[in-house]
Amino acid sequence: MEAVLALVIGVFGGAGVWLVLRPRTFQVIIGLTLLSYGVNLFIFSMGSIFIDKPPIVKPGVAADLEHYTDPIPQSLVLTAIVIGFATTALFLVALIASRGLSGTDHVDGAREEP
Amino acid sequence: MSLLLPHLMVVPIVLPLVAAALLLLLGEKRKRLKSVLNISATFAGLVVAATILRRVDGGAAFGEIGVYLASNWEAPFGIVLVADRLSALMLLLVGVVSFCAALYAEAAWARAGVYFHTLFQIQLMGLNGAFLTGDLFNLFVFFEVMLAASYGLHLHGSGWPRVRTGLHYIAVNLLASSLFLVGLAVLYGVTGTLSMADIAEKLTLVPASDHGLLHAGAAILAMAFLVKAAIWPLNAWLVPAYTATSAPVAALFALMTKVGIYALLRLGTLLFSADTGSATHFGRPVLLYGGLATIAFGVLGLMAALRLGRIAGFSIIVSSGTLLAALGVGAASVTSAALFYMLSATLSASVFFLLVELIERIGVDGQPQLRDVDVSPGEDTNLDDEEVPLVGRAFPISIALLGLAFMSCALLVAGLPPLSGFVAKFSLLTAVLSSEGGVRATANASMSSAGWMMLGLLLLSGLAATISLARAGIRHFWSTGGRFALRLKSVEAVAVLTLISACILLTVCAEPVMRYTSATAAGLHAPRSYIETVLSTKARPRPPQSALEREGSP
Repeated sequence: MEAVLALVIGVFGGAGVWLVLRPRTFQVIIGLTLLSYGVNLFIFSMGSIFIDKPPIVKPGVAADLEHYTDPIPQSLVLTAIVIGFATTALFLVALIASRGLSGTDHVDGAREEP
Repeated sequence: MSLLLPHLMVVPIVLPLVAAALLLLLGEKRKRLKSVLNISATFAGLVVAATILRRVDGGAAFGEIGVYLASNWEAPFGIVLVADRLSALMLLLVGVVSFCAALYAEAAWARAGVYFHTLFQIQLMGLNGAFLTGDLFNLFVFFEVMLAASYGLHLHGSGWPRVRTGLHYIAVNLLASSLFLVGLAVLYGVTGTLSMADIAEKLTLVPASDHGLLHAGAAILAMAFLVKAAIWPLNAWLVPAYTATSAPVAALFALMTKVGIYALLRLGTLLFSADTGSATHFGRPVLLYGGLATIAFGVLGLMAALRLGRIAGFSIIVSSGTLLAALGVGAASVTSAALFYMLSATLSASVFFLLVELIERIGVDGQPQLRDVDVSPGEDTNLDDEEVPLVGRAFPISIALLGLAFMSCALLVAGLPPLSGFVAKFSLLTAVLSSEGGVRATANASMSSAGWMMLGLLLLSGLAATISLARAGIRHFWSTGGRFALRLKSVEAVAVLTLISACILLTVCAEPVMRYTSATAAGLHAPRSYIETVLSTKARPRPPQSALEREGSP
């Protein structure tokens, strides 16, 4: 499972960086979104991945990370998702304004040379 | 009052939040009320910051390091707010600059859009929160609050240049936020905690096999801060963004690069000082040489820039580079001088951005605005030979005031005597050349050559700023100015004069301020007391049941 998760994060990150470096604003915003997905998964994986170990203390089982998943990265990732979503929405506003003012979707607002 | 004193530390965050909420409720109509509310909330923030600073410095009410447990949860588990000397100093700086920016904005800019005041207050909340928090994730949250407000403020007034540079500014900052999260997650994975003091405490327990991961995490985190602090290859966004935005917002943005510097200083000293970590000088060379490269870049930019706004932007880059290089040297005396330099540089950068707009009005009123390309006048266009005789015409007082303000601003930015820019640069050079850990004491040859390079670059940057500003001054005041009575509103004049007199005050009171900054630097470079104070702060005991019932909900 670690290998799959690492691959997914890597693909998200790679695709995100590639898209951010592209000249169209739409590609940039998709790239930023993919990057934030990758980052969110990365934060999630920092709590060490377990299956079937919910962080609810059961009587008789010692309350340490041997027996339970760490709940903190989950709460962190929730906050990070919300903040990332909000700031991406702000970026979208600037993007649409730029499209309206310049009439092109180039990041510098320059018309493409034929 | 005594009941509220323990909660004084949370006021710099709560006050702007409440003010922002109220401003939002007031709607679009009551413009005067909104202006008054914005200015008075900002002024109250300044007073609170000054009070906190006095308390921290005097060590009277909550000792040298004030700790506020949010929701009464103890340190490694809950979020703490920590006010030590550095935080208090930054709060005061935010107070002064934001008050002047708020005053200035009332002249015109605040009416350019509906939510200016609200965004302004949210931005202050983000700044204050970032300076106060003692928790890494909370720092991220306040960073985002600050940035989200800054995106709105940057676009304030709209127009194509703002939208274009805003797009770049937002994209760069979103990328930096991703880096912030990755670095933070790695640090959490290695140490298992997010409280800054607790991370520093746990660093000695990190096994050697994890050191690579730890350093990678710290480096990625530092990248996020370096983007904010505008280190050389990562600062292409700064000059266009700061030039395009409105003047009061740019003055406020002068503080934002300092947030990056603050975070680097705070975490760098906490995590990698002799008191705590194993890797004492981790990342120092990067900061030092990166800072030097940033100064060099800024110097080139200063020489190339002809428009005043761009000169102001590059002067911010130079001051960032100077601060980064000073952090890279890493001796306490250098840090102390750097803090003084930061005060002077931030105030002068803010006043510069305010002045840019006022001065460019001369161009707007009289002649078409100057282009960034030097259009050299022909041989026979001697400007004094125009039809209207200059003799016997009264010199407008607004131009005189503006000229004086520009001159003192130039002295401050270039670091020429007698103003605080000179004191700051002089003490920085003295510290670099003579301190322990400075040039002479280190046997390390590369370090000593870096010290001499820093000396050279600092002097060169002063020269470049002098040339560039003198050139701009001649273009704006001698060749076009002086003939048109400039309409200068009183709030604008008051804002500019307040900032300049703050710099003059800084010059006159250089000794107590220096004493304060050296105490700050000493505290930063021996973070043991910070860590112990934060971690040993106990939660307040529960009030007795009867008292609880009387007050209602706790």
